[in-house]
Amino acid sequence: MAGHASKQIDAKTLWGGKMSPFSTSYGKLMMWFFLVSDALTFSGLLIAYGFTRHDYLGSWPIGEETFQSLPGLGHGYPLIYVALMTFILIVSSVTMVLAVEAGHRMDKKGVIKWMIATIIGGFFFVGSQAWEWSHFIHGSEFGKVELADGSLATVHGEFGELENFTVITAGDHHEKGEVITEDLMHEYQHAAADGHIVDDKITLHDGSIAKIAKHPNTDVELYIKEDGGEYKMGDRVKGSEAIAMYEEAINSGEAGRLIYGANLQENEYGPQQYGQFFFFITGFHGFHVFSGVIINIIILLGVIGGLYHKRGHYEMVEKTGLYWHFVDLVWVFVFTFFYLV
Amino acid sequence: MLRDDIVEYSLEGHHSEEAGKKIRKKILFVTVLLTAITMFEVGMGMYIKQGDTWSWLITKWVFVGLTLLKAGYIVLVFMHLGDERKALKYVILVPYFIFVIYLIFILLWEALAIGDVWAVAFS
Repeated sequence: MAGHASKQIDAKTLWGGKMSPFSTSYGKLMMWFFLVSDALTFSGLLIAYGFTRHDYLGSWPIGEETFQSLPGLGHGYPLIYVALMTFILIVSSVTMVLAVEAGHRMDKKGVIKWMIATIIGGFFFVGSQAWEWSHFIHGSEFGKVELADGSLATVHGEFGELENFTVITAGDHHEKGEVITEDLMHEYQHAAADGHIVDDKITLHDGSIAKIAKHPNTDVELYIKEDGGEYKMGDRVKGSEAIAMYEEAINSGEAGRLIYGANLQENEYGPQQYGQFFFFITGFHGFHVFSGVIINIIILLGVIGGLYHKRGHYEMVEKTGLYWHFVDLVWVFVFTFFYLV
Repeated sequence: MLRDDIVEYSLEGHHSEEAGKKIRKKILFVTVLLTAITMFEVGMGMYIKQGDTWSWLITKWVFVGLTLLKAGYIVLVFMHLGDERKALKYVILVPYFIFVIYLIFILLWEALAIGDVWAVAFS
């Protein structure tokens, strides 16, 4: 950018009071100061995350193991989805910088075009994050399991499909002999977590007892995350032994042996704080993206109305642009410190 | 009252069609670079397993370096901080870095110390 910033001006004029020593307008300067304070907030959050992680004695969840699903394609794609989100945000940052550039040429049509692209990118990102949250909250089909020796393990493999439940003892809603085919997974996980499955018989919400028809789990591998009597952190158990150990926990009839998904009290991925930091940091960032989209829309309306063209410059676009790039900047750090390392 | 002694900096950002072309070229370059770095990071994360190994330790620091590189391009090119006056650049960057480096050092150091104490207390 040619302009005051690159012009040689002697110190007396610069700091003499008539002009800004920074050669920027008041608004832009204030936006920068706001961004510095916001950057400090995010730094505080990420460093707090680092603090918790460094003093934690057990094994902390690994990004590639926790986030490896794609919408419609199942699991087995470590970090691809987050990388895609990162790419979406980078592209929307690029379209924003192109809008700013068009503004510098007083090209109103160009500004409108690129700002619309930016807004679409922003919505895509917020939508992606909604999916990510939903997936994180619902969790995997296997969940986290407490094995017979007291060790905790995450489970990987192919979950055998549930076919149906056949009621053998009637409850409040279901008759004897009724075959239930709906909402199986939900009922199964709830019952497993509450210890309501014994010998492949499930006690449903209404008190009825049903026989489970289910394909066997295959390729099961247990990653031990916390020490027990027999297995230690970092151990891996494979094969029929792993399948049997998992089945034992499911059929134990003890509550609390299985944890599915995540909430603020517990999660299947790791310690409680992991879920809390996930929700807070990505949530706070997502909130920034959302408000950025709203601000972009407001400024876009101003551009379409010709407000900035009349003013003679598109600095408002530049200012929202600064905020939008900042959101991208924060995501770069969240991506590295929450997902990669 | 109109004052003619105040400089209207907002008008200083304008540039010509030709200068615009050059800027767009630079934007394209940064886009490709940022995307390539992200892909490289994901690939590295996929193939190098986490653990107490040298390869992971190196990977971790490579990640940190690449993140700072990406951040640098975003701040200096996309946010135009590289084109601003030196005074503005340093007013933004220096206090921030002093504070954050200090905070990282003090908190992570403290966390490791707490972890050591807990490891003894819980064993």
